[in-house]
Amino acid sequence: MTFDPSHAARSFSSVGTRPIRPDGVDKVTGRARYGADFNMPGQLIGRILRSPHAHAVIRKIDTSKAEQFPGVKAVVTAADLPDLTDGDTSMYDILDNCMARNKALYDGHAVAAVAAIDARTAKQALKLIDVEYELLPHVTDVDQAFAADAPLINETIFTTGVDPKPDRASNVSMRSQFGHGDVDAGMAEADFVVARTFKTEQTHQGYIEPHACVANVSSDGTADLWVCTQGHFVYRQHCAQLLGLEASRLRVTSSEIGGGFGGKTHVWAEPVALALSRKAGRPVKLVMTRDEVFRATGPTSATSIDVKIGAMKDGTIIAADATLRYSCGPYAGSWAEVGAMTAFACYKLENVRTVGYEVLVNRPKTAAYRAPSAPMAAFAVESAIDELAKKVGMDAVDFRIKNAAQEGTKASYGPVYGPIGIGPTLEAVKNHPHMKASLGKNQGRGMACGFWFNFGGQTCTDLNIGMDGTVSLAVGTVDVGGSRASLSLVAAEELGIDYAQVRAVIADTSSLGYNDMTDGSRGTFSSSMATISAARNAIKILRARAAQMWDIPVEDVTWEKGHAVAKGETHGNLPNLSLKEIAAASGTTGGPIAGHSEIVADGAGVSFATHICDIEVDPETGATKVLRYTVVQDAGKAVHPTYVEGQYQGGAAQGIGWALNEEYIYGKDGRLQNAGFLDYRIPVCSDLPMIDTQILEIPNPNHPYGVRGVGETSIVPPLAAVANAVSNAVGVRMQHIPMSPPRILAALEA
Amino acid sequence: MVEVTLWGALAAAAEGNSKVEVEAKNIRELFKKLSERFPGLTPLMDRGIAVAIDGTIYRDTWSKELPAGAEIYLLPRLAGG
Repeated sequence: MTFDPSHAARSFSSVGTRPIRPDGVDKVTGRARYGADFNMPGQLIGRILRSPHAHAVIRKIDTSKAEQFPGVKAVVTAADLPDLTDGDTSMYDILDNCMARNKALYDGHAVAAVAAIDARTAKQALKLIDVEYELLPHVTDVDQAFAADAPLINETIFTTGVDPKPDRASNVSMRSQFGHGDVDAGMAEADFVVARTFKTEQTHQGYIEPHACVANVSSDGTADLWVCTQGHFVYRQHCAQLLGLEASRLRVTSSEIGGGFGGKTHVWAEPVALALSRKAGRPVKLVMTRDEVFRATGPTSATSIDVKIGAMKDGTIIAADATLRYSCGPYAGSWAEVGAMTAFACYKLENVRTVGYEVLVNRPKTAAYRAPSAPMAAFAVESAIDELAKKVGMDAVDFRIKNAAQEGTKASYGPVYGPIGIGPTLEAVKNHPHMKASLGKNQGRGMACGFWFNFGGQTCTDLNIGMDGTVSLAVGTVDVGGSRASLSLVAAEELGIDYAQVRAVIADTSSLGYNDMTDGSRGTFSSSMATISAARNAIKILRARAAQMWDIPVEDVTWEKGHAVAKGETHGNLPNLSLKEIAAASGTTGGPIAGHSEIVADGAGVSFATHICDIEVDPETGATKVLRYTVVQDAGKAVHPTYVEGQYQGGAAQGIGWALNEEYIYGKDGRLQNAGFLDYRIPVCSDLPMIDTQILEIPNPNHPYGVRGVGETSIVPPLAAVANAVSNAVGVRMQHIPMSPPRILAALEA
Repeated sequence: MVEVTLWGALAAAAEGNSKVEVEAKNIRELFKKLSERFPGLTPLMDRGIAVAIDGTIYRDTWSKELPAGAEIYLLPRLAGG
């Protein structure tokens, strides 16, 4: 389905309105069921024993005392999760991450698990498991791990992406390179050059709801899993493969979700819960503690990035170069690759080169986090761009406008752009009242741009019309940000009925065809395409039923504003039939009326944003207060503008926390020092101003309404926007995120 | 015949070729012929590759036709958050 240009000027009836969310009452009254709210009769409580060591060989695990402890019904180790991955290295890494096999690779790595009659018994039993470790040298810093003499984490890792293949193993799992032109020649021509190295520390997605599930494996070989996830179909596939189950015999039901941001796109404890249930023969509930969430799930990469950009006197960027080192935890990843692709994506560049290196460290396996890898690259590049604009003597916004990518520009990662919104977001920022507001003492203003790809993917949707004319929409993309409301609006728009007549639900894995997970800003993009398709299929049936009722050819029936309309001179006197009237007669015109759709929603449009940030730094304490913040972003078409604004604000809030306070702190022993929200400080309401938003709508030509994904791009610019603001306030270029008070004081005193 | 551009890591696995010409009518045939010609690409293809056709990225629509003269760019298959 391609974009119908007439929609650009079309007046939508439902799309673009702001009805209240269908899940709102349940959430504010506490009725909504999150992962930990599900219980089963006879369920056991599962708990996981985790390595206290950053890197150690597991010599022996003795579970005999725990197994004999009263109330314990099952104990599992890696022996209960045999390797069924058949040479699939990425699945093997998932398996090993869920339960360590030969080595503990980070502080918090699971080594055994217990199911008992209650949490206290399970906790006591964990203490009875005797694990014999042989400690190995560890490395947790990305630059130290990159060094040739670093402790080796995985002796089977040989750097890919280089020719010839290295003759010895290292902690660098992959090298990626992107770009075009002659960077060295361009740099030699430049009148001005900025070259700096930037660092960002590891952060967690910081979702409020911890990972939780209830697993029930029956003796007949069927199984159920109730779980908090961003993708229950993907969880089914992974769990089925790791447990040796047939996918169709494992039904996975997703709960409401208290935040995911990419961290709930990976299985962690779910295969362990299923293994415990299989062994105990009873349901097992497993809820992670906050300490476990920090130590064993999430985090994003820590990075170290070299950037060099050259410009001519007229402000044209002549060459851009970046080398990006991203930590990926103790398993091979592809995080630097994404950073290398996104780093210069906002700009029109004749000569550009980015090289990314994946670096293994003894930290938890890196997971996706909202536009994964892009914020760190943007921090480095947008900081250098700001500095270069000053050197050239141009305003930061004008410099970016002069060099912004546009339709027809060859992107730094390769392809040529179609219609894109970076230029319009910059023009909107240039003219925004925020940019003209005055600043006081110790205050600074910064701005920055950001890019994200957005994805579509496999999607399946059912639209069922009840005999009373109401519509039930079953979708398979988990609602993490309000997609049930947005998809109900889309169904109402297509059918020509009121939003209140549509109820969207998230179907379980046994009720609908496969759906990719809700990631890549794809939930509303892809499921709205499937919903439009399903609604149009349902309309075909509605027209056929009306034709039956009128006894006229279906070709003479059209669908207009929720009604079947008879066309032609001979039928013109027939009164229109409403959807409700056709549905009421469905029992005698052929039975239930439904529309179904299964699609691959490729063609997601890329997305750009530009942010403005005002801050004030206390020169005595180094503390930074965000005074004002504005997000301008292209949404393609905002289906439910309130939710779009919420995505913009949420991404900005998370980015501000990343910029100013959030970081994993490891001790010399390789253990995480701040595994809790008291010591790992995410922003709270009192830390933030009201975040202003401006939605731009540059239609995506590959979506029937022009929709683009909006969920991720908003976290890309904040690190750089805040850093530019702080740098402008203190007069020192900030190169290390987070800009916590000690780092700002150190910069001031340097 | 279409000209296909490979990103860095892929080019290293394709005997250093960053651009290759392939006789293929759609993405499925393109992958098949590239894999036959450069066996070193197979592990990277198994990991996942996306195809940008005139700027639009396709990850799963392997039946998508490759128009003559189109700009075709192979990219890593990326995940989001």
